[in-house]
Parts: sequence; C-alpha cells; structure tokens
Amino acid sequence: MNHKTIRGAAGASTLLLALGGASGAAHAQELRFTCSSDGNECEVMDDMLDRLEAENDGLTVAVDIVPYQAILETLPVQLAAGTGPDIAKVTDLGGLSQYYLDLAPYVDADYWEASFGDFLSWYRADADDTGIYGMHSQLTITGAFANTTLFEQAEVAIPADDASWEEWAEAAREVAEKTGTPFPMAMDRSGHRIAGPAIGNGARLFDDEGNAILVDEGFTDFVEQFVGWHEDGTMAPEVWGTSGGTTYQDAAEEFINGEIVYYYSGSWQTRRMDDSIGDDFDWQVTGTPCGPAACSGMPGGAGVVGIKATEHPEAVAKVIDFFAEEDNYAELAARTLNIPAHAAVAEKGVDFDTESANTKAALGAWSAQVGKLSPVAFAYQGYGRLNRAMFNITVERISQALTGELSVDEAMARATDDLAKADAEAGQ
Amino acid sequence: MTDGAPRRSVSLAVLTPLMSVIEWPMRRLQRHLGIRRLAWVFLAPNLLLFGLFAFLPVLLNVAYALTGGGNVLLENRPPVGAGNFVQLMDCESYLDPNSCDEDKFWRSVHNTVLFVTLQVGCMIGFALLTALVLNGPIRARGFFRSVFFFPVLLSPVVVALIWKWILQRNGVLNGVLGGAGFETHVWLLDAGWAFFWSVFISVWAHMGFYTLILLAGLQAIPRDVYEAARLDAASPWRTFRRITLPMLMPTMLVVLVLALIKGVQTFDEVYAFTGGGPGSATLLVIQYVYEVGFGGSPRLFGLAAAASVLVAFVLVVLTALQLWATRKNAHG
Amino acid sequence: MAEGGNGVTGWLTRTRGRGRLHWTDWFSYGYLAFGVLLMFGPVVWLLLSSFKTDSELQRFPPRLLPHAQETVTLEGHAKPLPLFEVTAGELAGETVAQVRRIGLSSQVVRLDDPGERIELSLDERTAVEAPALATANYTGLFERFDFLRYLWNSTFITVVATLIMLLVNSMAAFALSKYEFRGRATVLALVIGTLMIPQSVVLVPLFLITRELGLLDTLWGVIIPGAATPTGVFLLRQYMLSIPDEILDAARMDNASEWKIYWRIILPLSAPAIAVLAILAIMWRWNDFLWPLIALSRSENFTLQLALNSFQGEMQTEWSSLLAMTVLTLAPIALVFVFLQKYIATGIASTGGK
Repeated sequence: MNHKTIRGAAGASTLLLALGGASGAAHAQELRFTCSSDGNECEVMDDMLDRLEAENDGLTVAVDIVPYQAILETLPVQLAAGTGPDIAKVTDLGGLSQYYLDLAPYVDADYWEASFGDFLSWYRADADDTGIYGMHSQLTITGAFANTTLFEQAEVAIPADDASWEEWAEAAREVAEKTGTPFPMAMDRSGHRIAGPAIGNGARLFDDEGNAILVDEGFTDFVEQFVGWHEDGTMAPEVWGTSGGTTYQDAAEEFINGEIVYYYSGSWQTRRMDDSIGDDFDWQVTGTPCGPAACSGMPGGAGVVGIKATEHPEAVAKVIDFFAEEDNYAELAARTLNIPAHAAVAEKGVDFDTESANTKAALGAWSAQVGKLSPVAFAYQGYGRLNRAMFNITVERISQALTGELSVDEAMARATDDLAKADAEAGQ
Repeated sequence: MTDGAPRRSVSLAVLTPLMSVIEWPMRRLQRHLGIRRLAWVFLAPNLLLFGLFAFLPVLLNVAYALTGGGNVLLENRPPVGAGNFVQLMDCESYLDPNSCDEDKFWRSVHNTVLFVTLQVGCMIGFALLTALVLNGPIRARGFFRSVFFFPVLLSPVVVALIWKWILQRNGVLNGVLGGAGFETHVWLLDAGWAFFWSVFISVWAHMGFYTLILLAGLQAIPRDVYEAARLDAASPWRTFRRITLPMLMPTMLVVLVLALIKGVQTFDEVYAFTGGGPGSATLLVIQYVYEVGFGGSPRLFGLAAAASVLVAFVLVVLTALQLWATRKNAHG
Repeated sequence: MAEGGNGVTGWLTRTRGRGRLHWTDWFSYGYLAFGVLLMFGPVVWLLLSSFKTDSELQRFPPRLLPHAQETVTLEGHAKPLPLFEVTAGELAGETVAQVRRIGLSSQVVRLDDPGERIELSLDERTAVEAPALATANYTGLFERFDFLRYLWNSTFITVVATLIMLLVNSMAAFALSKYEFRGRATVLALVIGTLMIPQSVVLVPLFLITRELGLLDTLWGVIIPGAATPTGVFLLRQYMLSIPDEILDAARMDNASEWKIYWRIILPLSAPAIAVLAILAIMWRWNDFLWPLIALSRSENFTLQLALNSFQGEMQTEWSSLLAMTVLTLAPIALVFVFLQKYIATGIASTGGK
C-alpha cells in the first residue's frame, strides 16, 4: 500500500478527532468537579481553589458549573455508567452514597467528627457505616419569606413566631386584598418543601419499624389543606399547577416582583433575594408556621463528595479537606451567605459578606430555625435510599389532586402504591 | 434543482483528493471480490451503523424489559420475566386510567391517542387547505410557500418557548383579548386549554412540511383536467370533490401515515412547553418512557423499556402501513 | 390559470373570475394574509420582546415596541435616577426623578432640588419613556454564556453528521439500487426495519452502547448514532433507480472502477436528491434535542438547543435573557432559510411524496 496515502489518511482522521474534542488522556492530577450553584457557591469555590492549586504544583481542579437539573438527572446516570467526575457537589446525599469515596484514610477523622457530627450520617449508606464521605458545604433549611412592606401598608400585624398555618394564611389573604397583591401565598413545587409543614401537621413519614410510609393521617390532612388553599386562591396556582412530572418550579421571581405576600421556600434563596429585591421593599425571614406536632422546616443542602471511581483519591481528599478547614469553611459560608454546618464555625458566628441589613437579619433568623428542626425531618433528609423517590411521588400525586385529576384520597392511595413499588425496586 | 452546478464543482474540488485516496483500496477489493460482492463493501458502513445503533439497541431494549431493578448495567439487573409487561397491562378497564396499576402509563396512552387524532386531523386538514390555496392563481407563490414552511425549521425548544411566552398570564394573547373586551385566561393552568395549546403549537410547527408535499401532489395533477372541469362550469367545490381529491388520495395517504408516525413520537415540543402538566394532562407516551427511565427515582429501566417496546409495536404497524401506502402511491 | 388580460397588468390582477375578484380570491388572499400573521407573528413578537428589559416584560398589557425609561444624573445621587411624570397631586405635570421605590410608594426628588425627598404613591406617577432597544440582554448573554462555544458545537455536529450521513447513505443507496446480489431483499427489509425504530424508544440501550464505545460526553457520541437514519437511503435509492444503467455500463467498459463510477457518475447525477437530503439532515441535526440531552453532560459540550433548554430549566428564569437566547438559537437556521428556502421547498416537494 502507498505509505503516503496511509499517513495522509491517518493524519486527516486524527485532525478530525482532535477537532471533535474527543477526550484525550487525562492530565496528571487534573480533577473534574461537577458543581451546581444556588447563588455563587461554585464560583467562590473555584476562586478559593486557585489558592490550593498555587500551593500544589500539578494539581488542577476544573470546576464544571451545571444547572441543578443536571445534578439531579444526568449525574446519577453518569455515575452508574462510570463516566462521572472526580468531585461533585450533590444534594441527593444518601441516594448516591454507593459512589462516594471514603475520605477517612486521607483526612483527620477526629476533626471531621467533631466538626460535622450528625451531618456525616447523611452521606453514609446505613447506620453501620462509619466512613467519611462528604463535607456538608451548604446547610439549608426551609422556611418563609414575608413581604413586610406589604404588611405595613395593609396595616396587618405580622403573626407571632409560633403562629399556625391558618393564622398566616388569613393574614396573608388580608394583606393581599388590601394592597391588591395578586397572590397571598406561594410554595415551591417540591416534595422537600412540603415535607416540613406536613411533619408539623403530624406526618410521621416512617412507621414504628422505621419503614417509609409517606402517607398517614397527618400527611393527608395537610395535603387537603394545601389543595384547599389552591382552590380558594390563597396559594399561587401556577407554581404547582402548570408544570408536569417532577419538574422543580420556584416562585422567587414573583416574590421579588412583589406579587406574593408570603413565600415558603428556603434559606438558599437569601442571596438571590438580597441581590434582586434591593430597595424595592422590606422583607423578613420567618420560620415554618406551626402545626399541631411541630414548627419544623426541612434541613438540606449540598455537600462536596469525592467519587469512588476517581483515579486520584488522594488529590480528591486534599481538595475536600481544604474546604473543611475551619478558616476556609468560614470564608466559604461568609462569601456564599449560607448557614454553616461546621460546629466550630457556627458557634463563633459567621461574618456574612453582605452590607444588607435585611440579609444579615435573615441569615440570623435562619440559623435560629436550625434548633427547631424535628427529628423526623432530619431522618427524612438522611433517608438516602428512598427520600428522593418520596419527594417525587409527593409532587406528582399532589399535582394531580390540585388539578382535579384525582381526589385527595385517591392521590394519597396512589402515592402509597408508588412508594411500595419504588421500595421493591430500590432494594435490588 | 440543477442550480447546484457551481456548488458542485467546489465540493468536488475539495472531495476529489479524498476520493482518490479511497479508490486505490477499492480497486483492489473489486478485483478480489468481483463487482457483485463489492456491493457489500458499499453497504458495510451503513449496515455497521444500523447494526450498532438501531438493531442492537432493540435487542437490548427487550432484554431491559425483561429485567427489573434500578441498575443501569444489564449484568446487574435481576430477570423478572414478563413482570414489567404484566404491570403495564394490569387494568380493570383499559378505558379508565384510574383503574390501572400503572395509571400514568395509561393516562399517557389516552393523551397520546387524543393528541395524535386531533393533531394529525387538524394538521392534514389545514395542510390540504393551504396547499389548495397555494395551488391557485396567486402571486408570489414562492414567498407564501416559504412563509408556511418557516416554523418547520425552528427547533422544538424554540417553538415551545415562543408560545409559552405568548401564553403567559401577562402575555400578548391575554393583552389582545383583554383589550378587545374578552375574558383572559391563565392558559397553561387549565388542563383542557393546556392540551389544546399543545396540539396547536404542534400543528403550527409541522404543518408546513406536509403542505409542501400535498402541494407537490396537487401540482402533479395535469392542468387539462381542470380545463375540462372549467369548460363544464363546475363550481370550485365540485371540482375539488370530484377531481382533485381522488387524484390526490394516494399522496394524502402517505402524508397521513407519516404524520401519524411522527405524531405518536411527539416529545420535544410538548415537554419543553408544559412538561406534561398540569398534573398529567399533557403527558404523552414518550415522555412517560423518558420520565420512568431517566427522571424517576429509582430509575425503572425495565418498566421504561417495556413501555417503549409496546410503543415500538404500534410504530411498526404504522410504518408497515406507510410503506404499503407509498408503494400504492408510486404505482397508482 | 391566468385569466383577465396579458402582460404585467394581467399578472398583477390575476384572479379566477374574469377580471373581477371571485370569492375564492378573497378567501385565498385573506387566508394567506392570516397565514403570514400566524407564522411570522410569533417570531416577530419574540424578536421585539427580546429587546425589552425585565421590568418592561412584566408590563401588562404588553406594548408593541420596547421602551426604555429615561434617566437623569443628579447631584448627590451616585446612580442615574429614572424619570417620572407626576399625574396627580400638587406636583402634577412635573417631571421628577425617583430615588427609591418601596412597595406602593415611591420617593422622588424634583429636578431642581435633589436634596428634598417627596413621597408619592405609585399611581400618581407614570414613567417617562422612549422607544429603545435593551441590547444589554444580548451583550449580557455573551458574558454569561459561552455562546460561541455552543454555536461551534452545534455547527460541528451538524456539518460532520450530515457529511457522514450523505456518504454512508449514498454508498448504501448505490449498492441497493444498482447491484443485483443475493441478500439484497433481506438488506432492504432490514433497512426498512430500521425505519420502525425511532431513537426515542431505545434510549437506555443506546446510552449503554455509546458508553461502551467510549463516545459518551463527546461530540462524536452525538454525531455517530445520529447518522444511522434510513430515510436517506430510501430517498437516494429512489432517485438513483432513475439513473440509466447504460451510463454505468459504458463507464465499466472504459475500465472505470466501481468506486470511480460511484463518485464520478452516480453522485453528481444524484446531486438534487443529495442536496435535499443534506438540507433535511442539517435541519434535523441542528434541532436535535433528546439524544444530545442524554449523551452530553459537560456544559462545554452542549449544543445550542441544550444550552437554551438548560437555561430555561434553571431555577432562575429571567425572560429577558431567555428570549434573547432563543432569538440567537433560531438565528442561524433562519439565515439558512432565507438563502436556501427555494431549494428546500422544491426539494421536499419533489421527493417528499416518494
């Protein structure tokens, strides 16, 4: 065969492949970090990592900022197929635990236990596991934002700390009427969001043996209330009503535009509220309204985990340990305006990087809510095996009840069925 | 269509060296295999692609349908025999999704049947009407033809976003209606309206394609047939019914089945538009497969595969119909 | 059918009725006018809306043209202040600058006295605006998104996938149309079988296969599976059947190899069908959504469609940026349309029925 033609062909195809960006051999100690920001977490981490990279020659961390849906949908499939990154910021903490790298051999386990305590259990596969898998970088808690300017203008008193949902609903309705605001209340379209109020209403979510049941009297009761609020116009209908499946939908933009009086969401929105609302109106963080059983929100947040399949476990552990150092953690919390999960940092208090009085007050209010969390909420958040399935089932079936496709009872019966199916499959 | 002459020479100039490179080994092969068997060499790349990316997946899909569990790797999945299919088909009454075990699947089936009926019906109807109008004595036919074809080029996400924007609570449609004194709606909040608009945007986006095909079919009808009709002073409606429609029927058949096949597979624009909502009012069957296989938790690949096998079966029937209709059109 | 006079006048007044307008003409032109409105209107509205600021976008009822509020820089205030005209109360008719808006009331200052703040309620003032384009929507987009990268990805995938498809399909069509060999019917049946397997029903196995080949999360992982479509084979085969065999025989007698016959004779003669297929393929690959969504995960590999959708799906929906991005996503295909619409239309018409 003609050598020239072979070489020519080989050269042409190599050029084509290179142009196509097919992944070549990995650079020595180049780590991929898949990250999703609520506000600026990934950007801040990327910035802080520059320091670590400067200290460690040959170590580079490429921070890949992706939308939240990608973390929820694409990342698990990648991890299952073995094509995931080296480090990831995840929210489905327990659900992906099978893929986590145990950092214990590479870090000071005692320091970690002392600093992060209970939060470490969220990343473990089961109660017997004692590994250290993830650093909880972002503690979040659900609760409400209230547009206090509207309350002022309507001359309605803001309900007390221990007010119930009915009291808040009534107050919000009154304010909306008097000020001409379109929607008294709104809640994010999320199973995680509705869990706190349900727990407050008496939902136990688990039976005495610790098996997940999701639906019980307390739960159904709150769902009925929730559906009722949509029917009588208390709740903004578009949030839960226009999306399908398990699509996440928040109502932050509407709140920022002054269309909602009382918005039930969570602490991760604080920075966004601060940046977007500015001077337009005064707002305040209030905790979850009380139900008969508790006044609890849901804890949550995201953490940075190493992936077991990585080729550079030591480097990965180094990166994560970097963020776990007290000063770095404090800096991270201060710049991203997130509540710290690190015990020492939380105790000393964080000097949040904001000039807004509103935000400082808000973050303080959020921190105060942590103590009111119900143990059911903690357990639910840590129940990695099925909690994501339970959140999804909650959203889908309640949406059907809201649009009238199913009655509340039918929807709850279906939810119980769905959970049984998921349970059967998840066990395998 | 031979306008491509200047382009042809340019592309030839670029490709000629590459083709010369391939000719050498091809000539050798030809000498070894003979002309007849060389055909296989020409077919090989195509067959390889189809084999890997069309046939193998079908077999694997069936394998997935017969296994359970949430693992994506086939070797880690426990076999469940016909379990997934049983679960899908378990209904007291196929007409009532609520009585089914997999109620979401049956809702999606019902929705898809209704969607396809409405969408194909409206689309072919309007495509025919448009083709008739374009076939008539009008000026600037080329321009108008392009007008109707324009939405076909838009991507499904773009189509969905354009209309979502128009149908917002504060969108332009409500603005116009309100200004004219009519009642405004929050369109996408109501199950019925959300379904209507999903059909609408689908028709809007695809009608142009079928219009062109029907127009070609109309233009293939010889003009003297119309001359004769005009000499007999036939009314336009009569001309249409007695002459146009019968002669267009073969093309209509092809277009109809093609539209049905595409309609059953609708996913992109409706998913970007309503996401299946409100509730599951606009949930179509391909979205069901996507949600169960990729969106749910745990990911039920087996159930998704089983559902897609059922959909594939329907598509096979429709495709066979299409091929039969095409054959009829070519000959008839 | 021309009726009613010859020449330019005849062409201009072409109608069905002899010289007068028949009702079908009224109907036709009315329908066409409505068609233009319905087909182009939404896109025009999209274009106009993309030049509006966020606050303008919330305005109801919406205005046709984008406006921007006029601003003024006053002493003692660091940022430019928006101008309003007072409609009621003692300052009625005056133009004032707003310092702060809280809920239902707004603090304004008079232009000649920037120190003193006056309280007005929202309905006592209207904004002073002029038509203006909020190009910041677009420039801001380039800063936040790597638009050129997504454009490159989409273009690369589209061009390469189309080329591969044209080559592979035309080779197969050539074999199936011009050769008699054993197994031809089987192969044809197999290709038909492929028609019945749309990508949307084999996603999971396709994902696994792509991964096994190491093509996941690369542009090639989108290109290669996408090239396996049977429509091209049929289209080209149909066309090639009409090429007279005598030409090939003559070439063979001149000692041309089959490959030479293929690319020197068959391909040029099939140019019209190839052109149609090329245009269709470009359209399909450019607008591909579901498979790239699954195959690509790193954002730097995203196509324009994925980037648009992920932007929509993110928690923060700002219509101003979203609309601008939508316009940019449809711009390339719209340009292709403007230049090639004649070919597209005639091409689909001539081969679509087959």
